[in-house]
Amino acid sequence: MNKRLPLGLACIMLVAPCALLVAFTHYPALRAILNSFWNNASSRRPSRFVGLENYQALLADDRLAQVLVNSTLYALGTVPLAIVLAICMALLVNAKLPGTALMRLSFFMPTMLPMIAVANIWLFFYAPGIGLASKILGIFGVAPINFLGRTDTSLASMMAVAVWKEAGLFMIFYLAALQAVPANLKDAARLEGAGPVRVFFDVVLPLLRPTTIFVAVNALINAFRLVDHVIVMTEGGPNNSSALLLYYIYTVTFGQRDFAYGATLTVLMVAILGVLAIFQFWILNRRAHYQ
Amino acid sequence: MTVSGVSLGVERLRKSWGNVEVLRGVDFGIEAGGFLTLLGPSGCGKSTALRLITGLDEVNGGSILIDGRDVTKLPAAERNIGMVFQNYALFPHMSVADNIGYGLKVRRVKRPARRASVARVAELMALGNLLDRKPAQLSGGQQQRVALARVLVSERPLVLMDEPLSNLDAKLRTEIRSEIKSLNKSLGITVVYVTHDQSEALSMSDTVVLMNRGTAVQLGTPEELYNAPASTFAAGFIGTPPMNLLAAEDVDLPEWLGAHGCARPSDLLLGVRPEKLSYPGQGMDVTAAGRVIDLEYEGDVFLVHIAARSGATFIMAYHGVDPPREGDEVIVGWDRKSTHLFSRDSGEAVPLGQ
Repeated sequence: MNKRLPLGLACIMLVAPCALLVAFTHYPALRAILNSFWNNASSRRPSRFVGLENYQALLADDRLAQVLVNSTLYALGTVPLAIVLAICMALLVNAKLPGTALMRLSFFMPTMLPMIAVANIWLFFYAPGIGLASKILGIFGVAPINFLGRTDTSLASMMAVAVWKEAGLFMIFYLAALQAVPANLKDAARLEGAGPVRVFFDVVLPLLRPTTIFVAVNALINAFRLVDHVIVMTEGGPNNSSALLLYYIYTVTFGQRDFAYGATLTVLMVAILGVLAIFQFWILNRRAHYQ
Repeated sequence: MTVSGVSLGVERLRKSWGNVEVLRGVDFGIEAGGFLTLLGPSGCGKSTALRLITGLDEVNGGSILIDGRDVTKLPAAERNIGMVFQNYALFPHMSVADNIGYGLKVRRVKRPARRASVARVAELMALGNLLDRKPAQLSGGQQQRVALARVLVSERPLVLMDEPLSNLDAKLRTEIRSEIKSLNKSLGITVVYVTHDQSEALSMSDTVVLMNRGTAVQLGTPEELYNAPASTFAAGFIGTPPMNLLAAEDVDLPEWLGAHGCARPSDLLLGVRPEKLSYPGQGMDVTAAGRVIDLEYEGDVFLVHIAARSGATFIMAYHGVDPPREGDEVIVGWDRKSTHLFSRDSGEAVPLGQ
């Protein structure tokens, strides 16, 4: 088994993965941190070291403040909603009902579609007057709402799209977890007199906790990572009401070509994500392991 | 703590899964405080019968009577039955105390009363210092005791156990076996116990129901099942090693068997328990000749495997100091009263003529 690899060959085999890792992960990260301490180069003068100047700009950036509030609301709204919806859908398709295969497919379909396609479908849904959303409101006698064109509804509209797309994927994880819950645990609880709701909250839900950790971390990362629908549907508008942090980084860096400030914002986002991840693992991990 | 047990009766119980008939009309019953075992090979329907009694599955036919009352249509929670599951079914996220007290909590027993009940049962089952642990931190035997405690705390008059000892090592098995037995006797709880292990069934039960392919093939006390198997199946299932079944041509038929009225000898199988065989067997009521093909040493006994004339093998349990060697030609014999007769076609026992 343990045949020794010649040192030279070992080095060659290590070079390829290391090169990829360095080129696409470590170097850009380091570069972003370095860039955040320098200002932008122009054709007349080269870039120069500015220390914490970019970070001071962060604090004074009103647009950033709005974007951070949006991102926070977006994460707080989409993550729990996607989780609850995923659990409900998983319970539904896990029940022994007729037509579950079709139901699974239809729940999973949004996940398979590219975000751009999803965004286009929802553009039609939201279209004022002719879209599905307006039609449904019309049934209840509510006047059509321009969901994407109003500052008070645009962010919520983005959240609905994200939940619709993501819940199907999370449902698959919950479905797998539900099927791994031993049937005799549920039987034991039933014999003690617990009803279906009680069995779910006392026995099933606690056993789904490891899945919930996994899903929550992924949902949170996605809340910051997926902005395709914002680009397609609202471009952050109106009046920045649906702009998310990554979208803001994108417009600053590639729209305004302010690479130094873009790098600074990127460092901020990585820091936020890091803190969130540590916090999540800490708070959920304490009660996750019992097997 | 005493619970007065209740009687249980099962009549013409039927259950099918799709086209597969798992139970084809099973009858059995046990009086209050008794210990009944459903014994049979895997797939015989014994666990299914247990689940029907609990109410976790619905019957397709027949009725279940607890304390004389028909509960066939009653939901599981209202039958007042406790159950010990094969893999214990402890809630992995709850402490031992919470596991034991779960049923009381569901039934809204106040916390102080709950604590007291849990403490009392934990004391009884020697779990007092483990109450804060999670099930994963317990040994198999301790987990089993928690499962028993969880059933006892609710003071159910009828407790069902589905192969509760199958995950334990041999030493613990005997230990918990006697614990269960003494709980049954001292607390007066009626126990219905499912196992595929015939020695467990014989040693613990008041009544054994031997099941095969969805029917109860024999019902009786352990002694009755051992001494008077009703069929070749019962003969082959009970006893370690099980009863030898020999064709008439392998045996030197005695006169009295020929005179036996109901069947020709060639239609019969002769059954005899390995421990009833004697060697050398010349001059005994029934004798058979054969060659020793294998010898198993079991401490107090040698299991001598013998090939009869037709090539069929049978086993003799030899207690002496000078067993025959492999390859020896031997003649073994046994008493007339140790002989069991079975019909070769139906496998049913044929009464031995006097």
